[in-house]
This record gives sequence, C-alpha cells and structure tokens, in this order.
Amino acid sequence: MSSNDNKWIGESTIRPDGADKVTGRATFAADSTMPGMIWGKVLRSPHAHAVIKSVDTSKAEAFPGVKAVITSSDIVDFPIDTPFPLGIQDMRWMCRNVMARDKVLFHGHPVAAVAAMTEAIAAEACKLIEIDYEVLPHAIEIDDALADDAPILHDWMEFEGKPSNIAGVLEHTKGDVASGFAEADVIIERKFTTRPVHQGYIEPHACLVSVAADNKTTIWSSSQGQFMVRAMTALLTGLSQSDIRAIPAEIGGGFGGKTIVYLEPLATALSKKSGRPVKMAMTREEVMRASGPTSGSKSVVKIGCKKDGTITAAEGTYWLQAGGLPGAPVRGAVGCALAPYDIPNGHTLGYDVVCNRSKVAAYRAPGAPIGSFGVECVLDELAEELGLDPLDLRLKNAAKEGTEAVHGPVYPVMGYVESLESAKAHDHYNAPLGANQGRGVASGFWFNAGGESSAQVNITEDGNVVVTTGHPDIGGSRAGIANICAELLGIDYKRVSVLIGDTATIGFSNLTGGSRVLFASSMVVTESTGKVIRTLCELAAKIWDIDPDAVDWEDGAARPAGANAGQFEPLTLAELAARANETGGPIGAGAQVNTTGAEGGFGTHICDVEVDPELGIARVIRYTVLQDVGRAVHPAYVEGQMQGGAAQAIGWALNEEYLYDKDGKVDNPGFLDYRMPVASDLPMLDTHIIEIPNPKHPQGVRGVGEVPLVPGLSAVRNAVYNAIGVRFNDLPLSPPRILDGLNVPEAAE
Amino acid sequence: MTDIQYLAPTTLDEAIRAYAAADGTGHILAGGTDLLVQTQAGMVQPGLIVDIKNITDVTGIERAADGGFIVGAAVAGAALEKHTDFATAWPGVLEGLNLIGSTQIQGRASLGGNLCNGSPAADSVPALVAAGAILSVQGPDGRREIAVEDVPAGPGKTNLKPGEIAVSFAFPPRTKGASDAYLRMIPRTEMDIAVVGCGVNLTIEGGVCTAARVGLGAVAPTVLLVEKAANALIDSKLDDDAITAAAAACSAACNPIDDKRGTVEYRTRVAGVLLKRVVGIAAERAQA
Ligand SMILES: Cc1cc2nc3c(=O)[nH]c(=O)nc-3n(C[C@H](O)[C@H](O)[C@H](O)COP(=O)(O)OP(=O)(O)OC[C@H]3O[C@@H](n4cnc5c(N)ncnc54)[C@H](O)[C@@H]3O)c2cc1C
Repeated sequence: MSSNDNKWIGESTIRPDGADKVTGRATFAADSTMPGMIWGKVLRSPHAHAVIKSVDTSKAEAFPGVKAVITSSDIVDFPIDTPFPLGIQDMRWMCRNVMARDKVLFHGHPVAAVAAMTEAIAAEACKLIEIDYEVLPHAIEIDDALADDAPILHDWMEFEGKPSNIAGVLEHTKGDVASGFAEADVIIERKFTTRPVHQGYIEPHACLVSVAADNKTTIWSSSQGQFMVRAMTALLTGLSQSDIRAIPAEIGGGFGGKTIVYLEPLATALSKKSGRPVKMAMTREEVMRASGPTSGSKSVVKIGCKKDGTITAAEGTYWLQAGGLPGAPVRGAVGCALAPYDIPNGHTLGYDVVCNRSKVAAYRAPGAPIGSFGVECVLDELAEELGLDPLDLRLKNAAKEGTEAVHGPVYPVMGYVESLESAKAHDHYNAPLGANQGRGVASGFWFNAGGESSAQVNITEDGNVVVTTGHPDIGGSRAGIANICAELLGIDYKRVSVLIGDTATIGFSNLTGGSRVLFASSMVVTESTGKVIRTLCELAAKIWDIDPDAVDWEDGAARPAGANAGQFEPLTLAELAARANETGGPIGAGAQVNTTGAEGGFGTHICDVEVDPELGIARVIRYTVLQDVGRAVHPAYVEGQMQGGAAQAIGWALNEEYLYDKDGKVDNPGFLDYRMPVASDLPMLDTHIIEIPNPKHPQGVRGVGEVPLVPGLSAVRNAVYNAIGVRFNDLPLSPPRILDGLNVPEAAE
Repeated sequence: MTDIQYLAPTTLDEAIRAYAAADGTGHILAGGTDLLVQTQAGMVQPGLIVDIKNITDVTGIERAADGGFIVGAAVAGAALEKHTDFATAWPGVLEGLNLIGSTQIQGRASLGGNLCNGSPAADSVPALVAAGAILSVQGPDGRREIAVEDVPAGPGKTNLKPGEIAVSFAFPPRTKGASDAYLRMIPRTEMDIAVVGCGVNLTIEGGVCTAARVGLGAVAPTVLLVEKAANALIDSKLDDDAITAAAAACSAACNPIDDKRGTVEYRTRVAGVLLKRVVGIAAERAQA
C-alpha cells in the first residue's frame, strides 16, 4: 500500500483517551463504587516457604463488621496431575497463586481473604485468622534452588527422575554446534546473570465485583484482557462464563503484569458469600511482594566466529526463576536469543526453575531480554577481538528474508538489516564522545502475536461511526483504530469513536499482549469496515436504482463507478445514514477472526553513557532506538512504545532489583528503594522509525511494543564497557558494582 | 482503627500544652511529608496530631540582632528558597533542603521536620550541622538551645524531651569569605534517599581556610559532625594534601550499616569522594 496517499494512517491524531486522563475523569479500576459496597483484604503469608497445617477463621468471622471470609476451600482446585492450560497460563498454577493450597510458596502469598464494612475492619479481621504454619527452609536465588540439598518446593516435581525444582525445559537446535565450533577461529564463552524486575505499572491491581443472588456477576477491573478475567474467574469460582460480565476499566499500565488475575476471583467468592459488592485494591507493597515480576536468570553463552566475523556456531543455556509455581518465560529467552542472526549451527536450552519468590508474570517481551543479553554482550566482545565494528559484525550475520531462524521459522521480508544500516549512518553513532563516556549497541527480536479479535463497526443515524473492539487499550490502539477506520471510510478521524467493549457487548478477544492488539484488531476492523462500505454502496445503488457493483466508495461518499454507471451526485456517509431506514435498516457490521501473519519485529539500539569513576554512577546521556515497525499507523504512539521499552531496559540494566532479607522477604517493596528510572534520569530517547510493511497485514502493521525492551540491557552494558573498559556480566550496573569493577583506590588510602 | 484527633493551634503555648497532654500519642505535624507517609504505612498510630503551621514562631524567617538568621522550624523548602538573603548566605543549607523530594514535597517539607524525623540520611541535616546552626526548642519546662548535631539520637530518635517542640534554627552571622555547600550520592538523579550526604561550611581569608565545619549523613546511626575532617582543612590553603586528609577523616568517621541502600565499603569510600567535591564547591563560593 502506498503510504503517501494516506490522510490519517501515519498521522499522530489526538488520542481519544487524552482529555479524560489529563482532567482526571478517566475511570481506573479503583474508581468504581457501588451502593452497599464492602471492602476485601487479603491475608498474606509471613513466611517464604511453609506448610499450612490448619486455618481457623472463626474469630475473624465473628468480628463485628465482617461479612465474609474465604480460604483456599472457596477457590476451585485444579489437581496437579491434570494440566489445564489457559493461554500461556495453567489453571493448576493460577488456583494456587491466587490462594495458597497446603503450602505457602513465597512471603506475601495469599492464604485467606476477608470482606468487611470498611478496609480497616477487613485488615483487623485478617489478623484474627489463625494459621498454623510449619516453616520450611526457603530457596530464593537460582543457585539455592538448584543446589543438591535445596529445599524442594513441590514434592510432585521431578527432573530426570529425581525430586527437583526444575519444572521444565525447552530447547531449540539447528545444525550441529560441535562441528560449528570446530570451524571457528575465535570462540568466546561467558556467564551472565540478570535480576528479577517488576513491570512497575503505576496503577496497582484493583477490582469491584458484584455477584447477584442468581449468580449474575459483574466485574469492574483493570486488566490486559476482560475475557481472560472472565475465563479465569469463572474457572476459579465455579461460575459459568455466561454469568460473568467483565468490564474493563481504563488501565494504568500493565506491561504484561495484568495478563493474569489476582483479586477478581477472591472478590467474586467474597461477594458471593456476603451478598454484597466487594471492592479490593492492592497497595504498592502488595504489588511488589505478590504480583509477577519477570524472572531473574543465569546463563552461559558461547559464540564462535571465523576471522571475517562469520558466526559458525552459537549456544546459550539459561536458567530462569519462575517464582513459587512453574511458568518462567523460557520460550522467549531460548527463542529470541539468537533470532536476529543467520546462524548455521545453533542451540539454545532453557530451564524453568521454581523458587520462593512471587510467581512471575509476563513482562514486555517475556524472556527475550534475558535471552538476548548474553548473546549481545558476547557479540560485542567478539567484534572487539576481531577488530570489527560491532554493527558490522551484526550486519555480516544479520537475519534477512529467507533466513531460517534457530528457533524454527523462515523469515519473510523484514527490516533488521535496515535497522543496522540506519544505526551505522545515524549521526548519533558517529558523534564524538567525551571523557568517561562510552557507546554501546545491541539488537533484539520479539515474536509478536496474532490470535483472536472481534470488532463491531456501527454507523450512527447522524452519519458518524462507533467502533467497538475487545482489547483494553494500553498502547494507543483506540487512536490507531480511529486512524485506520477514518482512512478506509474517507472521513475525518474525529467522526470515529472507538470504544472497548465488555465481555457481554463484544465477541471474544484475546489479551492485550504480545504486541498484538493493533495488528489483530485492525484486521477485524478493516474487515468490518469493508462490510459497512459494501452495505453503503448497496444503499446508494438502491437509491440510484443501479447495480451495487457499479458503485464506488471514495472520499467518504458513494459515487457511480464510471460514466456507464450513470450520472448521480455522490451520496455522503451522513446522507446515506439519514436514509438508512427507508433503504434497508441499521448500518453496521462485525468480524471475529483468529488472526495470523504477525511477523517478528527487530530493532537496534545505540546507547551513550557517562560514568562517574569515583562514585560508580552510570548515566545514560544519549539513546537512539531504531526499529522496523511495519507501518506507523500513529507515529507518536509508536515512538512512545519505543521510548517506553528503552526506558524500562535502562532501569533493568542500571538499578532495578529486588532485595531479599535473610527470611526470604522482599526488603524494598516500593518505588523508593526499588529504583526504576525517574524522568530526570533519562535523556530524551530518540527514535528512528523504519517502515518495512508486514506483507501479511492490510495496513502493513507489525507489533511494536515489546521489541524495544530487548536490546536495551546489553546496549547499556556495552556502553559502560566502552566508557571504562570493564565488562560487567551481572546486572544491575549499580554504583557499588561499577565502583568495585573499577577498583578505584579508596579516598582514605 | 482508633480515631485521630487533629489540632491546629495558633500559639506555641497551646501547642505545647496539647502535645504534652497527649501522653506520647501526640505527633507534631509540620509539612507532614514524613508523618503522613508513616501514618499511612501504619508505622505510627497518632492519637493526636498537632499541626504547627498556624504558629508564627515556627513559620517565620527573621534577622537576629547579630545579623544571623532565625528560620522557623516549619518553614517549607519552597518558602526558604524565595528568601534571597538567606540563599546568598547559606546556599549549602538551602540546597540540602531543596534536594528533598519533588516540587510538591518542597511546598511542605521543613528543616524542623527533616531533623526531628531522625533519619540519619536526612538531607538538610549535614548542612545544618556544618553551618553550626542552633535549634531552639520549647516544652513544658520552657525554652532551651541545642546544637543541631546534638539533636539526633539514633534512627528515628531525637534528644528532644517529651512535649518539646522545635521552634527555630539560629544561623550565625556570615563573614566575608564564608560559604557552604551540600552534595549527596544517590543512584538516581532525584526522588531517592542519600547513600551518603556531605555538608561543608568554610571561611577563607587570604587564601587560607580559617574556619571549617563538616557534617556527614547516612554513614552512621546519626548525622555526624566530623571535627577531624574540619581540622585537616583549617589553617590549610585547601591544597590536595589537606583535602585528602579531610577525605580520609570522613571515611574513617563512617560507621555505616550494610543495608539495601548501600554497603559499608561503598559508603565509606564515597564519603571521602563527596568531601573533596563539596570542599571544592564551598571554596569556590566563599571566594566568589
Ligand atoms: C516523595 C518524598 C520524597 C522525599 N525525599 C526526601 C529527600 O530527598 N531527602 C530527605 O531528607 N527527605 C526526604 N523526604 C522526607 C521528608 O520530606 C523530609 O524529611 C522533610 O524534611 C520532612 O519535613 P516535614 O515538615 O514534612 O515533616 P513532618 O512530616 O511534618 O514531620 C517529620 C517528623 O518530625 C516531627 N516534627 C516535625 N516538626 C517538628 C517540630 N517543629 N518539633 C518537633 N517535632 C517535629 C514530626 O512529628 C514527625 O515525626 C521525602 C519524602 C517524600 C514523601
């Protein structure tokens, strides 16, 4: 498609949610209230690992103001021996995560919940619940969990015939790495670690649930998928999906962390028991203790090259922390690690390791930054060893159309090489550096995703448009959809109002995740709008009394297709809408599709840092994100995604980490000591949008939102090396670590 | 779950009476940027909150007879910043106070609250110690004066007696060739807690340092007055040897803990680095 002809696609139109958000009118999950509403609170485990020997709720139930108390017996059990997958989750783990059964697996694990007249009464009543724990030794770090004498979290878990904390493995193999390494002139092998990091969404999890006497249930909550909320809540409470109406609130960030439920099933059970609407909201501390971060990892990466830089073999072995229940993002780590490269012999292997931390949840390109980190660091070192520019080394081995990836697929046309070439030509890459400054580059890949989406496009009686889709808008999908629909209809984008439907008003739509929403929802909106245009042409044909095939839709109006069709004045959308009743009836159409063709995305980052050699502080002073986005339907949002991903990567690289005390309790459960970057920590993050349209999408869209997190960890780390000559293989590059690495003599000496 | 009583008296006497009568459940509220956060987190459970912001004794900025400044304990950072004479005389104290939090916090946060909160990492306190500021407190037994360095008694604790309220800080008159500075080390650029904080107050006459005071924060249970570091500077021309000796004295004075905010080793090393940098800034200001 020719982008130059577009009026709205490619315009940074005013975002439809903007006015509400800046004026404070937007309704987030914790903003909903109902008459008769009461408050729910979760009682959480004070131990990192313990057997629950008994639970006595009688005192809490008798406490004045308490309306309901629930424990694991109020949540449906999914037996361990019967897998029950739901999306990327398994209900066996979900039921044990929302409420501990038999055992608590991390400090902060829910063990009971109370609903009472006020939050304070609920909190007080929680303290009256008597739980007899048998405290067990805990394993927080990967090495603790893998040690020979490690406490085993689950007695049913075995690996290679022995009790183990390894929940599973995944590997990809291409060619024969042994013979590939035999051909190499230079081989570098290094060990790496990354820390678990939280998604850091600004809005804590919250919900309001009302269960009526006939079980009809309404859920208002903030999530990355109202249909996921419906399905999981139904399964965990025994309700049928048709009884549940899940209404998505405006969402204050998710980054993957809101692709599962925590509170909704508890509030539903409490509401059912008490007969009252129940509201629950986590504190930041609860978010940090009990909602999913992404995994910490350790890895070993080995890459071999010819003298000219041609990679002959590459190998990566990864251990990812899952938290208390299985499900680390191993697939992203082993799948994305080598994906940007054309490698004849490759092998990646990943282990899913349980430990006594909160269960991980998806986080922006889950696993991919972990997989990529070691690879991009080793490539940086290889380039130096071979005397090659690090971008040239990547260009020499870059995956292109037709490359068979180590993780399997053969790539269609895509713009990885363009991202490298643009980086090389970028004035950032060629700008001089000052004292204590350094520059690093790295590349990254994310799968992106298609999947189920539904849309309905309705023409109002006054000739405007209401589009309903089924995905919470986190990355700007409403603005993008308005642009596309306006483009197709040939009308001003302001005439298109885009809404997020609830589970009762729009067809099934999968999660807002996997960078899939604009890709998938614009496919169903395009199909629905096409049907609407066909209807409009038919109406015009009826009015003109000509064949519908002789009517064209152009510039917002039906027009005779040519001289032969007859001489008629165009009929605009508004005119046709006004005459809809006499010509056929309401105008609208929907589409429901399991979309395919979401091809992977690639990007390259350039990072400059300046290191204070006496304090060990590394500051990012310039940063450029270059990425093939397919088609930038709404460039401001695309840039926002690129910048947001890079900002999160910088935090992961420099400062973010959970600190645990000796009892296995998180010691920094808040933004003061869990150091995400603040605005003043970052320079303006520059973006360079590359558009190689996805041939499998009507507008050429590719997923954008996750790729930009992937290269950032190693871009920062490689820049720090370039600045001070120390290669750090363990994140974060916090000031003490950098100072240790520099080994600067003490002032006292 | 108990109710909190809130009082906002207009005189010091009323405030002291109510505070003393509350029998340990009373809390003074200046800006509230510590107290309200701690109440919300359940760390303190006030029975009575005495808001002192309506009392002119604690909210004014005045000149003393000797030319020094008297700054009310509850004066907010944003208000003190606007006082250009104070800003010229005590830029280091001001930068310590103004570093606290964000624009919103600056509208409320006070020197008195920062000191009485008792945090070893309080940002304005090392600069107050270096300045030689004297705190005037008033309680059921009347008024008394305490040097700022004698106020903190340990993390979260002060040497104020039950019922005593911090009223104002007295800053000595400024002579020519004198100035101060404060720097802290934080991993981020703002909204963070000092891993080490260092305040230096210097007088330079004819190129020679004739007076110096050094305050060090976040490296011990209380903010420290580091006399050995000051002595290394006094009578020197602030040459490398003197500054290195002062830095070493700072590192030696450190008695930090290993905690989530920094290791002993890191804090000890950084204390010396900051001293050097702060002396440089204060000296430049003193000679400007
Ligand atoms: C977002 C945020 C960021 C922050 N950043 C920093 C920072 O960077 N550096 C830093 O040092 N601090 C920081 N703080 C902590 C706090 O803002 C400071 O300690 C501030 O100076 C406290 O002043 P206040 O007037 O608000 O004190 P309040 O909260 O009113 O009082 C603090 C304590 O002192 C007592 N008190 C107050 N005034 C008196 C008095 N006159 N007499 C007796 N007792 C009294 C109170 O009872 C209370 O115990 C931050 C706080 C927040 C919320």
